[in-house]
Amino acid sequence: MNEDLAALSERILAAAANGRALCIRGAGSKDFYGGPLQGEPLDTAALRGIVDYEPTELVVTARAGTPLAELEAALAARGQVLPFEPPRFGGGGTLGGAVATGLSGPRRPYAGAARDFVLGLRLLDGQGRHLRFGGQVIKNVAGFDVSRLLTGSLGTLGLLTEVTLKTLPRPPAEASLHFELDEATALRRMNEWAARPLPLSASSYHGGVLRLRLSGAEAAVREACGKLGGVAFSGSDYWNGLRDQHHSFFNSAATLWRVSLPQTAPPLRSDAAQLIEWGGALRWLAGPQDTAALRRQAAELGGHATLFRGADKSAGVFQPLPAALAQLHRRIKAVLDPAGIFNRGRLYPEF
Amino acid sequence: MSATAMNAAPSASTTALLQRLRAALPGEALLTEAEDLHPYECDGLSVYRGVPLAVALPATAEAAAQVLRLCHQAGVPVIARGAGTGLSGGATPRAGTVVLSLAKLNRILEIDPLARVARVQPGVRNLAISEAAATMGLYYAPDPSSQIACTIGGNVAENSGGVHCLKYGLTVHNLLRLKVATIDGDIIELGSEALDAPGYDLLALFTGSEGLLGVVVEATVRLIPKPECARVVLAAFDDLGKAAQAVADIIGAGIIPAGLELMDQPAIAAVEPFVHAGYPLDAAAILLCESDGTPEEVAEEIVRMEAVMSAAGATDCRVSRDEAERLRFWAGRKAAFPAVGRISPDYYCMDGSIPKKCLAAVLEAIRGMEIKYGLRCANVFHAGDGNLHPLILFDANKPDELHRTEAFGGEILELCVRHGGSITGEHGVGIEKIDQMCVQFGSEELEVFHALKRAFDPEGLLNPGKAVPTLHRCAEFGRMKVHGGQLPHPDLPRF
Repeated sequence: MNEDLAALSERILAAAANGRALCIRGAGSKDFYGGPLQGEPLDTAALRGIVDYEPTELVVTARAGTPLAELEAALAARGQVLPFEPPRFGGGGTLGGAVATGLSGPRRPYAGAARDFVLGLRLLDGQGRHLRFGGQVIKNVAGFDVSRLLTGSLGTLGLLTEVTLKTLPRPPAEASLHFELDEATALRRMNEWAARPLPLSASSYHGGVLRLRLSGAEAAVREACGKLGGVAFSGSDYWNGLRDQHHSFFNSAATLWRVSLPQTAPPLRSDAAQLIEWGGALRWLAGPQDTAALRRQAAELGGHATLFRGADKSAGVFQPLPAALAQLHRRIKAVLDPAGIFNRGRLYPEF
Repeated sequence: MSATAMNAAPSASTTALLQRLRAALPGEALLTEAEDLHPYECDGLSVYRGVPLAVALPATAEAAAQVLRLCHQAGVPVIARGAGTGLSGGATPRAGTVVLSLAKLNRILEIDPLARVARVQPGVRNLAISEAAATMGLYYAPDPSSQIACTIGGNVAENSGGVHCLKYGLTVHNLLRLKVATIDGDIIELGSEALDAPGYDLLALFTGSEGLLGVVVEATVRLIPKPECARVVLAAFDDLGKAAQAVADIIGAGIIPAGLELMDQPAIAAVEPFVHAGYPLDAAAILLCESDGTPEEVAEEIVRMEAVMSAAGATDCRVSRDEAERLRFWAGRKAAFPAVGRISPDYYCMDGSIPKKCLAAVLEAIRGMEIKYGLRCANVFHAGDGNLHPLILFDANKPDELHRTEAFGGEILELCVRHGGSITGEHGVGIEKIDQMCVQFGSEELEVFHALKRAFDPEGLLNPGKAVPTLHRCAEFGRMKVHGGQLPHPDLPRF
């Protein structure tokens, strides 16, 4: 273990011995997400830099505190991207934060989520052990998939120190189209089009307008535009606005709900301003909601509701788990963080 | 409960368990007679065998959960089994265990073409999903070579891949939701039909867990639109290293082929007389490189693929002119295993993965091992994602050949780990590669695996002895594997 890791490991051991909470933090760009921050900050900024990048392997390994911007610039220089388009709220964010939150951007339904591109990682667990799971190869089924278990676990299972991701070539061509439609028709179209071999890479519906992004080979994008019709627009600012949430919708209220539903779920019963993404699978609601009613509605439709941003988190940020799953969560937490020191209350209040 | 104790006449407690299972299941759904148990002695890795106490064949998810509940109460281990096509011994029974066959849970429950999902029981065959979805223009992408027979439950347990996973992903990328029966006999849901679920990603943790955490009783999988067209380039090389370099060059050029397979000379020589796929017999290696998409897109990509492979030194590139020729080019690849079975009494299929840049070095090292072990090896594999499938040819009737084959295979896997790869790309660890787990992982990681298993299965009754070695076993194995004075697990006591 090198010096900076050894120092972090010592702090973890000391905290575990005293039962003191630690708050793992990269750039702090997602401090707003999850339960209120608790404990003394444990900063990952020192863990910075790309460890290995082989474009022909489609694999990059970097230390967890590496800024996303730095990582994406290195990939762009070789014509590659992170296909899950991790949000860079306010332009910040680290690789570790992107993986710990497991958030994905507009391309998610068409290319996969953060967890789909995580090949391996290293972490310091609650006993200060530096562990390595997964690997640096695309296909690897040895051992339980702890790397994907850690993705989206909000730092409650350990401090990520290094992550290996699968990359993809940047699509050579891109086009954006918009269509004026009502919500129910837009939802149906997004699903019908996704069932056809079209190079879709993003979709949204807001203010009576359905927008699509197509990415792929020149010929495929050109043909798809011909088949779909609609009105072309220059989309790159718009899609970045959704990815990083600087689109005006996301700033229209202090409270923002993220409702994750099956893509074909009918329109939500709600008067709130709404923006739909992910082919219908993601419905953002601006402004405070009746938490219990919204969660009930989401569950009935086969999904769940998250209080993505908001001052009052007393009703819980994430949809509560059924008892059997909650018990499994507590047991898994105890495997990697037996003293319960990491990111207390960030995922669920009970741990 | 130890296996040795169970080898004796059934104890009072196992007799009581069999009575309870008999009461819970219809007559034909519980097998206990020696001749009925015989077909369940092994899976696709037939060199390892064991005779279970009984085989339960429930026809509903609830009955499957009940089998688990009863075995749990009796403290008897359970080995879940799909079609038994696995190649790592993941479903190999041992004495005193109950095999839980999911073969009767074989209904496709629902296909929703608009949502592009299929909800199926675990015993549904992989290919049956794509066949059922074909009229809707959809299919299920992961296509392990055994897809005509293997079941979706087994695919989930092994996180199966296939020829197209470089572009379309493994099982874990194509699953939305699972219903899983726990060892307590409860049924829990992991994942959801939305694109994520609250809490930890237990769906991902469960996928590829080789029957150690629970038993799939229902799966909801993602379907994707069938590409309008596909064509394949058959490229010949006079040097294996050049073929390996071409693989890296294709990816480096920003192309993600739908499939990218490599066959070496021994594999070509075995296949061509059997299948007449039109492979050049004088080539040191061939690559099959497939493009799919719209006709225009494919035409554009095929030109780029040909250019890259020619520049890498291909001596000949042939593009499939029609669907019949495309299927003929693939027929050789798909028949490679049976073709090798024709030229050798037995063969042993290995499954390691490595970074693509190490392909040439690893294949060269395997050539050296052929001499060392006095056995031939044919290579036919998923080159695009660095997933090797060395086929070691041997004769099980000759004394010592199986033993040498196992040592040969073990050395290949350890070589993969040394090159930064993995001991298994898609077949799973099972019992076959359990010792090599000690090479790939340290004792601390193995401890975490055991602790995670206990979180789901505190008594260790689900598929015991598979996938994750005990530290004791690694210590014993480690004693045999001292290289240059470096013990793999220096911190462990030696026995």
